[in-house]
Amino acid sequence: MPELSFEDLYRELEETVRKLESGDLPLAEALALFEGGTRLAEQCNALLDGAELRVRQLTARPDGSLRAETFQGGQSG
Amino acid sequence: MPPANIHTVSQVTAYIKSLFVTDALLGDVWLSGEVSGFTQATSGHCYFLLKDGGAVLKAVIWRTQAARLPLPRSGDQVLVHGSISVYEAAGQYQLYVDHLEPAGAGRLWLEFERLKARLAAEGIFDEARKRPIPARPARLGVVTSATGAALRDILRTLAGRYPLVDVLLAPTPVQGVDAPPGIAAALASLNRWSVEQEPLDAIILARGGGSLEDLWAFNDEQVARAIVASAVPVITGVGHETDFTIADFAADLRAPTPTGAAALATPDRRELTAAVRGLDASARIFVSAYLAAAHSGTDALAHRLNRRSPSLYIARDRQRVDDLSRRAGLAMAGRMRSARECLQGQRLHLSALDPFAVLSRGYAIVSKPDGSVIGSAAQVSAGDALNVRVADGAFGATVTTDDR
Repeated sequence: MPELSFEDLYRELEETVRKLESGDLPLAEALALFEGGTRLAEQCNALLDGAELRVRQLTARPDGSLRAETFQGGQSG
Repeated sequence: MPPANIHTVSQVTAYIKSLFVTDALLGDVWLSGEVSGFTQATSGHCYFLLKDGGAVLKAVIWRTQAARLPLPRSGDQVLVHGSISVYEAAGQYQLYVDHLEPAGAGRLWLEFERLKARLAAEGIFDEARKRPIPARPARLGVVTSATGAALRDILRTLAGRYPLVDVLLAPTPVQGVDAPPGIAAALASLNRWSVEQEPLDAIILARGGGSLEDLWAFNDEQVARAIVASAVPVITGVGHETDFTIADFAADLRAPTPTGAAALATPDRRELTAAVRGLDASARIFVSAYLAAAHSGTDALAHRLNRRSPSLYIARDRQRVDDLSRRAGLAMAGRMRSARECLQGQRLHLSALDPFAVLSRGYAIVSKPDGSVIGSAAQVSAGDALNVRVADGAFGATVTTDDR
């Protein structure tokens, strides 16, 4: 399964709650949505708690193309 | 015979003043010249003449302005800003100064004002051109010096607020003659990366505080045009709170400092955690209410069934009735008791309840193989296969009687 971004998960959680609150759903469907929403909320919180900032620096190769390398500088001080 | 239309001096002077006040240039004018005869009265107000080779203009600095302006001496070359109006009591027009600076810095400001006016006339600063910044960006570009305090401030702010964001730094000098082409090239590189490799949600263009000359690269036309040409929205954070640069006017969003720009570009994760909790709670409350409503529906049906079933059975088969009514009575009494207890609990603790708690108290959700939930006895017939969901799992069941 491809890794979903926080934005994807958050939007899906919003959509799940919107569906639950607006739709006249059969019980089984409402329960399935609820279980999915709880799982999404857990995933969102895990991403927020576990994230570490990734910084890369853009540099130009001699042939004019661009590459991104892990940024080393600026961490001191 | 005297003409019918005779005005007083006050009327004519008021008319002259109204011409000054409504004039666009005289109300908002920059002048350069030499200060002559500067005096500050005991009231705190300052009076002087501003002159050049050909003319002289009386000038006033009110006490409140004088307190915050660098006061000149006679003989200084200055750049001033203010409005020209009429002092009725003396029959004189004069300049009311609200900004004054030495002429050296003044040339920079004249340049600034000219470029600003020219770009504004082109529509480069129009609000309609400005693009929204995504609320939860996945990837941000940063254009600043790789060694400056601005970068440290930005990275620290991003790490604290929203470490989920991926940062791409395009380093550039931010002062001196190399700065404007460097900034323009960095913005272009990030845009190229956004199109060819990974999309960027916004770019932060930043520099820490400094003197007017230090910040001058951000008043460069090339930089302004590079910002406008950027397909990715640009947030500026240049200098201190009070510094406004051409780059700020051209940007999609202006922050007062580099730290401020990082904060405007990202949500705060503490607020997001609270938002996620809120969405989760909404779902829980909704499902609890849903289950409570479903329970009261089934209870009402059980009531009606219980009242009516014995008489029907008597008409058919007395023996069966005795047997069945005894069993039904026992079952229904037990079920109703626990149903009422459960419903009472639901109503008392609706918002706090885990919706699945009812299952753990012995309730089951009965559904057909196609997934439709059984809400009515009319939905089943003897021999139907059913799925029964309880707290810790599910099992199959078969309808033995339908008794309709």
